[in-house]
Amino acid sequence: MSPSSPAGPAVPADALPGTAADADGFTPADGLLRFATAGAVDDGKSTLIGRLLHDSKSLLADQVEALEQASAERGDDVLDLAMLTDGLRAEREQGITIDVAHRYFETARRAFIIADTPGHAQYTRNMVTGASTADLAIVLVDARHGLTEQSRRHAVLAGLLRVPEVVLAVNKMDLVDYDEQVFRDVAAEFAEFVGHGCTAIPLSALHGDNVVERSAAMPWYEGPALLEHLEQVRIADDNSTMDFRMPVQCVIRAPERDYRGYAGQISGGSVAAGDEVLHLPSGMRSRVSSVDTADGALVSAQAPLSISLRLADDIDVGRGDLLCAAANAPEPADELSATVCWMTAAAPLRPGTRLLFKHTTRTVKAVVTEVRHRLDVTTLSREPAAELGLNDIGEVGLRLAQPIFCDPYERNRLTGGGVLIDETTHATAGAVLITEANPGTRS
Amino acid sequence: MPSGPSRSDVLESEALHLIREVAAEFDRPALLFSGGKDSAVLLRLAEKAFAPAPIPFPVLHVDTGHNFDEVLEFRDRRVAELGVRLVVAGVQDSIDAGRVAEPTGRWPSRNRAQTVTLLDAVAEHRFDALFGGARRDEERARAKERMLSFRDSFGQWDPRNQRPELWNVYNGLIRPGESVRAFPLSNWTERDVWTYVERDGVELPPLYFAHTRKVFERDGMLLADNPFLHRDPDEPLVERSVRFRTVGDMTCTGAVPSEASTVSEVLAEIAATRVTERGQTRADDRTSAAAMEDRKREGYF
Repeated sequence: MSPSSPAGPAVPADALPGTAADADGFTPADGLLRFATAGAVDDGKSTLIGRLLHDSKSLLADQVEALEQASAERGDDVLDLAMLTDGLRAEREQGITIDVAHRYFETARRAFIIADTPGHAQYTRNMVTGASTADLAIVLVDARHGLTEQSRRHAVLAGLLRVPEVVLAVNKMDLVDYDEQVFRDVAAEFAEFVGHGCTAIPLSALHGDNVVERSAAMPWYEGPALLEHLEQVRIADDNSTMDFRMPVQCVIRAPERDYRGYAGQISGGSVAAGDEVLHLPSGMRSRVSSVDTADGALVSAQAPLSISLRLADDIDVGRGDLLCAAANAPEPADELSATVCWMTAAAPLRPGTRLLFKHTTRTVKAVVTEVRHRLDVTTLSREPAAELGLNDIGEVGLRLAQPIFCDPYERNRLTGGGVLIDETTHATAGAVLITEANPGTRS
Repeated sequence: MPSGPSRSDVLESEALHLIREVAAEFDRPALLFSGGKDSAVLLRLAEKAFAPAPIPFPVLHVDTGHNFDEVLEFRDRRVAELGVRLVVAGVQDSIDAGRVAEPTGRWPSRNRAQTVTLLDAVAEHRFDALFGGARRDEERARAKERMLSFRDSFGQWDPRNQRPELWNVYNGLIRPGESVRAFPLSNWTERDVWTYVERDGVELPPLYFAHTRKVFERDGMLLADNPFLHRDPDEPLVERSVRFRTVGDMTCTGAVPSEASTVSEVLAEIAATRVTERGQTRADDRTSAAAMEDRKREGYF
């Protein structure tokens, strides 16, 4: 059994948004930025995205036409930009966002993938879905209301999921007379909550102030408009300094060409022909004889490329194994301490709950040994809990039937994260962020 | 100092990862191949995911019976070159068997009927995973899709109850009768596809490039002269230089006026266009605001 986590703030300060110092290799490649939007219902997320698309001239004529028609049918005299993103019938009828929608647009400087995530607490799991691959999160707050429980929840989730950058968008400034003090107060409240400052932008999605163009209505604001910021923000690139990790997906064999390669997507660091690598679980070392792609061999490759590796030695390598840097490899672990976001209403997570755990390309049986605490996302405090219910986030202990080879989530989002799967229904029941891994007592 | 991997590299790697995951975790996957540009790119990615070994699953074409000859020729040639098994499921067979009614009217598209044929083929061949070339940028219901999309034993998609999808970890566990749709091109845009076609030299049917064709105009779209659409007297045939942005059932796929005869000219044309791919060329998405959502809920890919 692993020791309980020491007392202290429920979320380590450096796990909170805005600290890109230890970003984990999710870097915008060649001008591709993935960002997630979060905010409570009616904070105007869909309108903001519609405004970004509309004002950056990313909408094409038929989309604008369909929007005008839909807005007119509702009797609106202004464009209802939210209709652009709410793609499901029920979403348009109810005026809410139900599930993550992905939007794509580009400017001369960068291409963007937006994960538009819903605000309802009941869809927290979708926020987690959208944020897990994001380089940046925009937390939207209604200037009139300040931080709500949902905006706090989203800030915490972005921090826990280690989204490298967070932007606070203080929306609906038009409804507070573009008052600087209101903005300052919200930004200060946010900074106090997360423990440090972050980029905060006052805007009105409805009117387009500070979304694509800087607004004349807020002369006191000297920072960039939101789109300018998104085009310019640098996401720290620690990719090359991470230790090499490649979970093996499959073995590629072409006997007639005497080919045997181990295929996978690099989930950290880089690898070059000639490198010494360690194979887990065997613990055997070998040398990379070739870094292959269908287009030919590469001198070296880095995350997140999908490649196949040939090794100098004949080792029994299969799916679920890990090829990694020989100098700094993870220890096999079958006891984990982890932060879990519980995402199913079917049953709570409690000690004794049996699940499947999919970590990289390996799926193992797992049992919950302990629920240590639940996180109160509005106060960041830990509260004692016997179980985690739908949308709860807490610290739990897990015991695994076979060891896995993992890193702490704070070091690598891919080798430190995984999903819990219901053994019976096969539903994805929880997100696991590994905080500590211990080799078990059963060796 | 060279920068990191390019956007095409990253999108390709993400796609290869998903293709390999599905191939590893499912017993009977198949790749939906219509002969269109997205499925041509998808087929190339499947080839690359396992090279130098062959693609370890068959290719499934749901044939509406209203296909362009150029597309069928391309389909047959590509699968022969790759040595993959081709399974053809014919909408005409479903109609002959009384499983679906022949659509009639002004837009007798068989796209909706495709769903029945597709689900019948899934049942007959016990496919448990189908790769599709759908992109989230195509249409707003598609924007809601997961990369790995769960379907119940009726082939239905429930957008309110999708599996959370985190990082690059895909939950591939299903029960007998259930299946998944895998969309490796989810994060690609029309421009990304064409950029990749150019970069990788992906071959496409000639329809995608400017050629002279007899067309007639209906509801602002240029439709190819074909035996499956009744033409009204006020819809005269004209010869125009056109190309297709999407390729599907001839009864609902429109052409666009174009002089673009190379990939780079097509890319320039896309950069300048003011109309989306589907808005310009797909009649079946125009029937209602939720046309695609409704078809997807029923099991359309």
